[in-house]
Order: sequence, then structure tokens, then C-alpha cells
Amino acid sequence: MSPVLLIARRELRGYTRTMTGWIIAASVLLIDGLLFNAFALEGARRSTEVLTRFFYFASGPTMVAAIFLAMRLLAEERQLGTIELLYASPVRDRDIVLGKFLGALAFLSAVTVATVYMPLLILVHGHISVGHLLAGYLGLILLGAASLGLGTLGSSLARTQVVAAIVGAALLVSLLVAWLLAGVTEPPFSSLFASLALHNAHFPAFQAGQVHLRDVAYYLLVTWVALFATTRVLEARRWR
Amino acid sequence: MPGKEGGPVMIQVEQLSKYYGARAAIRNLSFRIDSGEVVGFLGLNGAGKTTTLRILGCVLLPTSGMVRLDGQDLLSAPRQLRARIGWLPETPPLYEDMAVGEYLAFVAGLRGVESGRIPTRVGETEERTGLTALDAEPISTLSHGYRQRVGVAQALVHGPDVLLLDEPANGLDPVQNVEMRALIRGLRGDHTVLVSSHILPEIAQTCDRLLVVRDGELVAQGSEAELEERLGVGSGVDLEISGPVEAVVTALRALPGVRSVTVQPTATGRTVLRVDAPDALRPTLALAAIGTGAQLFRLDVSADRLESLFLKLAGRGTAA
Repeated sequence: MSPVLLIARRELRGYTRTMTGWIIAASVLLIDGLLFNAFALEGARRSTEVLTRFFYFASGPTMVAAIFLAMRLLAEERQLGTIELLYASPVRDRDIVLGKFLGALAFLSAVTVATVYMPLLILVHGHISVGHLLAGYLGLILLGAASLGLGTLGSSLARTQVVAAIVGAALLVSLLVAWLLAGVTEPPFSSLFASLALHNAHFPAFQAGQVHLRDVAYYLLVTWVALFATTRVLEARRWR
Repeated sequence: MPGKEGGPVMIQVEQLSKYYGARAAIRNLSFRIDSGEVVGFLGLNGAGKTTTLRILGCVLLPTSGMVRLDGQDLLSAPRQLRARIGWLPETPPLYEDMAVGEYLAFVAGLRGVESGRIPTRVGETEERTGLTALDAEPISTLSHGYRQRVGVAQALVHGPDVLLLDEPANGLDPVQNVEMRALIRGLRGDHTVLVSSHILPEIAQTCDRLLVVRDGELVAQGSEAELEERLGVGSGVDLEISGPVEAVVTALRALPGVRSVTVQPTATGRTVLRVDAPDALRPTLALAAIGTGAQLFRLDVSADRLESLFLKLAGRGTAA
């Protein structure tokens, strides 16, 4: 088995064997359920609108869960000293980062997909398209991946998990508020900030059931840049 | 390349330095270790032992200097060589949510052992480190001593040529300490071992040779006897006896080679005689003591002697 898959599998098992993983999963499902019941189903709406609102409300818990899942990835390894095990192994730093990221993404994806019973409830009295459903979940997973990437970077920069969560959240919020900055700045900065906005510029198409290549590319790019920076941080730590 | 003892050199360190800002953790460190040797790395806390071991373990990069492992440059091609090294940090790197066997299998996979060979390697390593009965035991439930063993096992599981053990006996009780020493001694020949400690008697009993660091610099190297001779540490032997103390003292003082005998009563009613005499005289001392009708309970190297050697080597005293 490749080192990436080996590390990813260990990471995934780490979530399922500790309370942290289950608490995060339960919280996401609870909050998504409450938001779906309180807001997505509110009033008389068409099935498509309900589904669109479901994805909109599910995006928030997904981002928050990603930060909490990512905070332990490298900060905990440093806290416990187990990072030395990885450093001393014949594994590239990028494989360590990728393996940990993929393990967390697998868990986050499983939790995200576990919310599928909510959209399926719409079928009791309405109709939804499979394409809309798949596009929405693809958007959630891409948004989650980008958030996880930022959280992983935060985890590599911090010594403790709490600080890692704060740094990861700060990076995430910076990309979220880029949308607000776009509204108060002049071109070309306004268009730059608008294109960088993590949620408002790129997620609405997914929640409406549309997949645009530029949005997919944006989330993949954010994820790649964050993981690349994380790898650089790990490499730099060998000097300290 | 042949080593000092005639065998191939496994680890060669030349002019190795590591600076944290302006502070030197190690400075111009140079030494060689032959294949199959068990070498002790002795120094006080903060002397630079861990920094050196972390560099040899490819965990840390040096500021300058050169490290060769079996003739290959460890710093320019570390990934290929890491599989030949087993590294145990001072705190064993253990995942508490895993069982012992599962953890060792994970580490073996990480270090490049083929999937088909992993169960065999894990089984052999558990047997060697006395962990077979704990294969399915979660690491979180293990005592400190067993955690240290799992730490050694993870360093061994991929069959490395070189083992780097940072204070493996740290925090162990006396029984566990003896077991750990036996385990390390058992590695001689199969692996080249560099084991650090700040306790001289602990590694003096385990290692073929000692490297002594102080304030980041290598201040002495050699076997315990060589270092004692070089540093002029007084040879001392303790005899714990009961019976006619005066007669024993007289008999010992009459022996050629005995320079002095001092008497130290103990709380148990026995007497410890501290004899300043060469090591080679130990059988004669024992016979002389018993010949007076006294009972001999213990005869060993004076604790003061090891302490004196350690202070001269690693402490603030003057070393060679």
C-alpha cells in the first residue's frame, strides 16, 4: 500500500475511534437537520427551491466541520511527538500532507453524504433531479475540501489544536469576507476580491444544480495552494 | 571504508553543527561508529545528544557538516536512507488509539516493508521485544515500561541497519531498566546502535564504547576503562561485609597494590569497605576478606568512581 493511502487510512480510523470524530459528525447532522427543518422547508416552496436552500444551509456546517476535523491533523502530531515517526520514515513531506488530508476528506465526505436522507424526504411530496442532487453534493465536498486544505495549513502552523482551529478559521473567514470587500472596493480590486470569495462567488451555482468548470477549478486551486503551503511549512520545520 | 576496529564504518559524522539563532546546540561534532557496534552517547541534559540523534534520524537538518551512512551522504539523499534507520525519540511516537500489532504493522508499511512480509516482521519484532502477548492490546492501556518497549519495537520493525535510541530507559523502574539493557545488548551485531543517556552506569553496562558530549562538543570517546585511565579517575572497589571488620581491613591493607581502605558503617549493621586498588585485584580482595572469617555480601565498582568519571566527562570538571 502506498504511504499516502496508509496515512489516509490511519487518519480515517483515528476519527472513527475517537469521540472527536463522532461528535463532529453528530453535530453536522444535527445542525443540518435543524436548518433543513427550520429554513429550507419553511413556507410553500417548489422542490428545487427547497433543495437549493438545503445545500445553502448545509454549506456552513460543512466549512466549520472541516476546520474542526483539520485542526488535529498536524498540530496533534506535533503535540504528541508522533510527527517524528512520519518525519523519520522514507515518505515525502507532500505524501504525509496528502495522506492526512485525504483521510480527513474521506470522513468529511462520509458525514456530508449521510445528510442525503434530507433531500430524499423532498421526494415524499415533490420531485428533485438527480443532477441537482449530485451537483449540490459535489459543491459541498469541493467547498469542504478547500476548507480542509485551509484548516490543514492552520494545523501545520500551530503548536496546539485550539490555535490550529483559530488559524484555520481565520484563513477561511478571510476568503469568505473577500465577497464583502468586493462590495466596498473599486475595480480592479473589487473583481479580484469577488473572484476569490470562497462561498458567494463559487458555491451558488452548485447549490442551484449547476457545475461550472471555473468553480471546480477554483476550489481545487484553493485546496492545492493550501496543501502546497502546508508541505512547505513541514519542510521548513526540519530546519528548526 | 574500514573503521577504527577494522570493520566497515556505518556512521561517519564530520564537523556537524546546529545553531538555533546564535546558540549552538552542537558544534563541529565528528565521530565514527563501526557496523555492529553499540555506542553510548553520554551527556548532561542540553548537551546536544538529542539534536545529534535527530539529525542522524533525518528529522532535523544541520546548519553545517556532513553525515554519511554506510558511505552515502545522509543529508543529500535522506529519503532513500531513512528506511535503513530506526529512530526512537525520547517520547515514543505512539498512536494511542491503535493496538500494538496494528501500530507496528502501520510503521512497517510506512518504512517500506512489503505488505506480504509485514505480519512476519511484526511477529518477530514483538517476540524480540517481549510484546507478543500484547499484540491486540490498545497502546492507551499500556504502562510506561511497555510503551518504551513498543517505542523500541517501532524502531526495529523494518529491520534497520542503524538504531538511534534517545534515552530509552527514561522513567523506567529498576526491573524494566534491566530488561531494557538486556534488550539493547541483544541488538549487538545485528544492528549498529547509538543510544543516548545522561546516566553513565546505565550505558556503561550496555555499550562497547562511549561518546561524551558537553555543551554541544565531543569531549571524550572510548570504553569505560579507557576513559577512566585517560582521566585518571581513582580505581575504587566497594566490599560490603559483616564480621571482623578490623581483621579484614588489616588483611586488605597488607595486600600489594592496595593504596587505602576506608570504613563506612551502614544502617543494616554491615560495613562497606571502600578499597583504592586496581580492578584486577578484585578476586584477591574477595579471597582476603573471606579468609578472615567475614561474610562478603557485595563486591563491585565504587559508586563514587562512576560518579567521579561522569562528572569529569560530562559535568563542569576538566575532561581529556
